[in-house]
Amino acid sequence: MKKVTNVIVAGLGGQGVLKLTDILADVLFHEGYDVKKSEVHGMSQRGGSVSSEIRFGEEIASPMIPEGEADLLVSLDSTQTQINLHRLREGGTVIRPEDEPIGELSNPKCANVLMLGALSRHLDIPEQALLDGIAKFLPAKVLEMNLAAFKLGRKGGLK
Amino acid sequence: MSEKLFLSGNEAIALAAIDAGAHLGCGYPGTPSSEILENVALNGGKAEWAPNEKVALEVAIGASFAGARSFVTMKHVGLNVAADPLFTIACAGASGLVVITADDPGMASSQNEQDNRRYAVAAGVPLLEPSNSQEAYDLFRQAFALSEEFGTLVLFRVTTRVCHSKCVVIRDGSPVTPRPTGYVKDIRNRVMIPAFARVAHRNMRDRLRRLEQRNETGEFSTEKSGTPELGIIVSGISYEHAREAAPEAGMLHLKMTYPAPIELMRNFAAKYQRCLVIEEGDPFLYEQCRIHSIPVEGKPEMFRFGELNVGRVRRIISGAAEDEAPAPAGKPPQLCVGCPHRKSYEVLRDLGCIVAGDIGCYTLGVLPPFSAVDTCVCMGASIPTGLGMRHVLPEKDARRVVSVIGDSTFLHTGINGLVEMVYNRPATGHLLVILDNSTTAMTGLQEHPGTGRKLDHTRTEHRVSIDALVKAAGVDHLDVCDSTLETEKFRSLVQERLASNDLSVIICRRPCILAAAQEKKLREAGK
Ligand code: SF4
Repeated sequence: MKKVTNVIVAGLGGQGVLKLTDILADVLFHEGYDVKKSEVHGMSQRGGSVSSEIRFGEEIASPMIPEGEADLLVSLDSTQTQINLHRLREGGTVIRPEDEPIGELSNPKCANVLMLGALSRHLDIPEQALLDGIAKFLPAKVLEMNLAAFKLGRKGGLK
Repeated sequence: MSEKLFLSGNEAIALAAIDAGAHLGCGYPGTPSSEILENVALNGGKAEWAPNEKVALEVAIGASFAGARSFVTMKHVGLNVAADPLFTIACAGASGLVVITADDPGMASSQNEQDNRRYAVAAGVPLLEPSNSQEAYDLFRQAFALSEEFGTLVLFRVTTRVCHSKCVVIRDGSPVTPRPTGYVKDIRNRVMIPAFARVAHRNMRDRLRRLEQRNETGEFSTEKSGTPELGIIVSGISYEHAREAAPEAGMLHLKMTYPAPIELMRNFAAKYQRCLVIEEGDPFLYEQCRIHSIPVEGKPEMFRFGELNVGRVRRIISGAAEDEAPAPAGKPPQLCVGCPHRKSYEVLRDLGCIVAGDIGCYTLGVLPPFSAVDTCVCMGASIPTGLGMRHVLPEKDARRVVSVIGDSTFLHTGINGLVEMVYNRPATGHLLVILDNSTTAMTGLQEHPGTGRKLDHTRTEHRVSIDALVKAAGVDHLDVCDSTLETEKFRSLVQERLASNDLSVIICRRPCILAAAQEKKLREAGK
């Protein structure tokens, strides 16, 4: 199989896990990759575990990342990191909420977009494509604070 | 025209319906199928929520009788509700009629794991199974043509991962204006009196024979040759897992799995030292192979449960039989903070009620801190199962039984139970609590006949009143309250009604917090 990159995003219902992967998958699609995105959703209620996975590369078969083959795990909630670690490959990267400057956000609702910024440090995607993707998926009135959140995450590092 | 898109299976099916010139899509919401009709409406097609799946299929049958291309969407258990018209129309024949069943292996959001491919055999209709969004788009368009060519309803089976995974789709069609319709009288094929039905049954078997011959041509399958050690016969999402798990293996990928291409499978299997059938759920293709003495190997029983994935397919291939390590448990879903059901359940719990529950967000009342739901079988079962308990329990316990149902579920199949309640009244009476949150919450806030809005959320004056239905049925008491704001009123009402021998209905009316937010947005948008 040709090189495939596997990304898992995990969190709790209502934290914007699916919005994050919607944006990223769309950007990757427009960058010309073969992309598959998969998640189990359909329950409306807030608060339960949610995870969404994206695979991209030249050609993707299964929409689900084989166990132990994820390259990157983005966790939006500290309680969701541990239960997803087994899905990561040896030497894979975990992006934890504790390590990112979420506390600096004026609106904690933008944490998912900040984490997209943090994830983007590990992906070879032009920054502008990601900024355009965010603008496509988020309503105008919250766009500015989300773009700022993205940049904060992309810069990375706690003060 | 050709366009490259990034779509879920459900979005792809919706687009295919538009590009096939479908006149009408009907259904009842159910995970993982709900987004199909929503996307048909978003793309300008005609789509409706019916009160239940049986009604939806019957409307679609009528449209087909009138010369239309029509289709129905539902989750797997919905087909149980629609099974009555399904079996008869399978014999009678139909044209331009497709039923989508969205199965849920692994039960991400369902009460059972039934494999609806069995329905194709039981009813006698062809079965199509796409494995990704592209195939969903291509096959769904083809399904209408197949239905018209052979004069049969086509069953279109998707699964959770096909419905909800997104992948790249080449859309090589464009919207087609639905063709003109018209009525042609044809009583031999539309009035199933025994004299006509006997002929219809023979015709159905003949159609299946011809469909099998067509499937043998290879039109609905692809074959890839591989190393002589291993050949795999596969369908649905399992195809994607298998081609990743065993890229070197030969592969026969079937898209029409009933009537299956027996000789095609036999010839394929003969080319390999070992031939495996890989499929999620029941050993459906495997059994068809074995009945016809095709030497194939199935999967061990443990892989019948849950979804397959690349890892599990690798284990099937390697013959690993050791128990699988369970994945670490995530946090289960709970009633939202501010959910209107919370107070209702607190009261029923504190009063020590035996709660016959139903299907919806409110089934979650079974979990702590409420622990208030005692039974949940299927859509609409709350009222009859509550009545059954009342009929036979000792009086002291009979008085504790309460049936609880949501508004959408009440309109789905709860009405029948209400009629039963009035007609076969238990000696202690009964109490029915309708949790009316003004939406079909669990499946994603769909409208229903009682919300005052249509599938696309536009307003309608033709709203069905649950209150009026309850009154008309002839119960002794009907009360409406908001258990969140009037908790004490609700508590004393429940106590009073349980102590009497009357038939009582209490409607707890307060919108789901997510539906209220949606309603606010719609109003702001002037809708
Ligand atoms: S989605 Fe609505 S009905 Fe369901 S738990 Fe949340 S508030 Fe309650």
